[in-house]
Amino acid sequence: MSKANQADVIIVGGGIMGASAALFLRQRGRSVILLERDLIGQAASGTNFGNVRRQGRYLHQLPLSNRARDIWLRMPELLGEDCEFLQSGHLRVVYNAEMAGKIEAYSKDSAPYGLDLEMISANALRARFPYLGREVVAGCYDPTGGHANPRLTAPAFGRAAVRAGVDVRENTEVTGIAKAGDDFVVEARGQGEMRAPVLLVTAGAWGGKLSALFGEPVPIAVHGPNMSVTEPLPYRIGPTIGVSTPHVHETVYFRQVKRGNVILGGYTRGPASNETNRAAVLPENTLGQMEQLRRVIPGFANINIIRVWSGVESYFADDMPVMGPSATTPGLYYAFGFCGAGFQIGPGVGEVMAELIDTGATSTPIEPYSIARFARA
Amino acid sequence: MAEVPVRGRFHRIAETDRPPVSITVDGAAVTAREGDSLLVAVLASGRTLRQSEFGDGSRAGFCLMGACQDCWMWQADGGRLRACTTPVRAGMDLLTRPVDETLWPLPA
Amino acid sequence: MAAASMTPATIPRAIVVGAGPAGVRAAETLVAAGLRPMVIDEGMLSGGQIYRRQPANFGRPHETLYGYDAEKARSLHDAFEAIRTQVDYRPETLAWNLRENVLHVVTNGVAAALPFDALILATGATDRLLPIRGWTLPGCYSLGGSQVALKAQACSIGQRPVFLGTGPLLYLVAYQYLKAGVDVAAVLDTSPFGASIRALPDLAVRPGLLLRGLRFRRALTKAGVTVANGVVPLEIEGDGEVTGLRYHAAGGGDRRIACDAVGMGFHLRSENQLADLAGCPFLFDDATGMWRPEADGDGRSPRAGIYLAGDGARVLGADAAEVGGRLAALAALADAGMSADAALVTSLRGQMATLDRFRRGLATAFPWPATLARSVADDVILCRCEAITAGTMRETAEAKGAPEVNRAKALSRIGMGRCQGRYCGHAAAEVLAGARGSSLESVGRLRGQAPVKPLSMATVKADTL
Repeated sequence: MSKANQADVIIVGGGIMGASAALFLRQRGRSVILLERDLIGQAASGTNFGNVRRQGRYLHQLPLSNRARDIWLRMPELLGEDCEFLQSGHLRVVYNAEMAGKIEAYSKDSAPYGLDLEMISANALRARFPYLGREVVAGCYDPTGGHANPRLTAPAFGRAAVRAGVDVRENTEVTGIAKAGDDFVVEARGQGEMRAPVLLVTAGAWGGKLSALFGEPVPIAVHGPNMSVTEPLPYRIGPTIGVSTPHVHETVYFRQVKRGNVILGGYTRGPASNETNRAAVLPENTLGQMEQLRRVIPGFANINIIRVWSGVESYFADDMPVMGPSATTPGLYYAFGFCGAGFQIGPGVGEVMAELIDTGATSTPIEPYSIARFARA
Repeated sequence: MAEVPVRGRFHRIAETDRPPVSITVDGAAVTAREGDSLLVAVLASGRTLRQSEFGDGSRAGFCLMGACQDCWMWQADGGRLRACTTPVRAGMDLLTRPVDETLWPLPA
Repeated sequence: MAAASMTPATIPRAIVVGAGPAGVRAAETLVAAGLRPMVIDEGMLSGGQIYRRQPANFGRPHETLYGYDAEKARSLHDAFEAIRTQVDYRPETLAWNLRENVLHVVTNGVAAALPFDALILATGATDRLLPIRGWTLPGCYSLGGSQVALKAQACSIGQRPVFLGTGPLLYLVAYQYLKAGVDVAAVLDTSPFGASIRALPDLAVRPGLLLRGLRFRRALTKAGVTVANGVVPLEIEGDGEVTGLRYHAAGGGDRRIACDAVGMGFHLRSENQLADLAGCPFLFDDATGMWRPEADGDGRSPRAGIYLAGDGARVLGADAAEVGGRLAALAALADAGMSADAALVTSLRGQMATLDRFRRGLATAFPWPATLARSVADDVILCRCEAITAGTMRETAEAKGAPEVNRAKALSRIGMGRCQGRYCGHAAAEVLAGARGSSLESVGRLRGQAPVKPLSMATVKADTL
């Protein structure tokens, strides 16, 4: 087997960002080597909740999110499979008037960005979603929201990338990167030296180690989402539902897949490590999320959860990712650290990075995510 | 309404003089025995416990020791019971099909 | 949260999970050393599966329930009754999770977190299954389940059952059904008769048990029951429920037997989810084709404070489980700085060596039919919970490139259902290995994920520990 070790772009990290960027770069005629230390989509991309929502995102992120939405809608033609994307609607619910005011304000503020959110009062909510508990006093509904299967999505992008001619190398851990002249020289176990004039780091929780090599250390924190899934149940719930609350322990979000299982999670997270590639589910988080889910749907009290899981996710204190060109090194680009909210925007991130690398600019605003913000701080 | 089967899948071969316990299965009255597991209570006069959720037919349990989880039954009120590890109790109201969609999941 | 340091001056907090032969003997040993262990058990009554008790209002004597093993059953039940007030006994309690030397349990819907210094996992085993076309039909049960119906509920699984599979339990259950007056249609063993001849030298270390197996077989044959070796099961037939079974006979030719029930099993597999959640390393056992948690001869795992005993550690049978339970408890005591009877330890280790040789004999006499597992047809359901077929598993390997079972699970949902791969995991690994043309070991094992069994959404946290 002889593989060319020279390409236009080397991408380090085969999550949804890296795999989709690889596909879109290839579609723009660039040759790409995609390196993944494990298997495509195994870390944060494969273990997150699977929310495909725009509602609730920071306003500055909505253009990117809108761009991603267009890709989600053409997943079958792009990838040959739908990744179980279901436009089920997305409902944010609240327990008090103060939070109702906040989600109502968001519904107005997000309208210029193309979101068409519907505020629903308590009585109307119960008429439409009769299973909701008495504590729920208001909600905001986005009919364009939905969910998809994270276990399938990044691998599907990976296979599409291979079909498009990307050189995808799994189980390939990068051991060294240096810049020699115009090229980045990447070393990985068993691969020899690979060279490309452009390097894209989409390495999630591992991204900070690579940016540090180029004089751009970042204060990245690593946590694991604490997820559960129930046994399969009659398909009744409809939208993805999340509780909007300032109290972390009160958060719970959930979605029912067509096969009937209800997947739930919350902002209570567990410890994770990018050394061991392991993330823990804290038993108290599982019990706490179950307690919170009972508040939203009391009729769920008698069903069973059958499995819990986590994965290695990366966070920044300002709740924004690193995305864009390096501030120190020409030809170097980053897209990592999506703070537990990268799944929906993932394909949009891939497309924006491909556009940026291919044309030198992007029509989607990503300035807030520049890695330079940490040097300024 | 499910028809009442003529004979059950399981056959009692001893310990048959225990006091009767009345339960309801798919709306029909069924007489079990004190000390029966729910699985035995239903299968001593019935043929199945549940439907596979994925369209491949009905199921009647498998391991009988709480491991395979293939005997979870619906109660008429939306409750869930693992039939092989739950002792039968008088008045249980069970379904061998999924709970009525008008009844689940409503607030308690 | 951190475990208190263990010195001889501190009485270690010990928890035993499981109240079968291994768990009861472990608890008894700890009590004898002055400890008050907690005993966590899913069952309503102690005894485990092998010495499972019938409900209180049943009246059959031990001799009827346990046959040749009545004395052992009585002894184990009595042993537990004797220590009943000296242990913190928690029946009907599920150990659903384990993290950093805290065991998480739930009893009657109330969850508790139990820190420990020593945890003895005596979690037992369940049947190992080979998927066969039609095995999800009503009327099809595991061999262990067939036995539970009889022993704990005085019921047969049908009027005319076939028993199919391999392993000592196959003949025992068929014999018990025969003795109970049930019309056993056939006993079909996938192992060739020659296998038991090859196993004789190892089996002969326990001549009593060897003879007992032969006696079961003779009784069945004498009663006119078809007993066949080296069969290839083809299909469990039925439109909505079991009505017959087709198989290929060793001498050639396909046969059909009318039946209304099938009890099937291919020896046993360990319930080792808690050892997995505890972070115990696992190793591949060539003799059985199964992964098992690493432990020394006394059951001491490489994880401090975690001890493994009985069939949940490795399948050695009930007698070895009693020995293993005692050894694990003595290991925990020794590690806590409490002196153990050295002569007793030596004697127990000697007994274990004999029992282990017999186990090797059983593995030779009743081999796991790996070839049958690998050749399961594409349209046969492998995963009962999620109704995932062998064909889907092969597609996951071939079109989606899954190199090992956890990736295959993520892409296909195999092993993702309520039972978490207990009943499909081994065969699914064989199908994956077959599709990839690789060894069983190379496709790995399904990683354990909490909860060990389904956990009710209604579960509430205990106010205090």
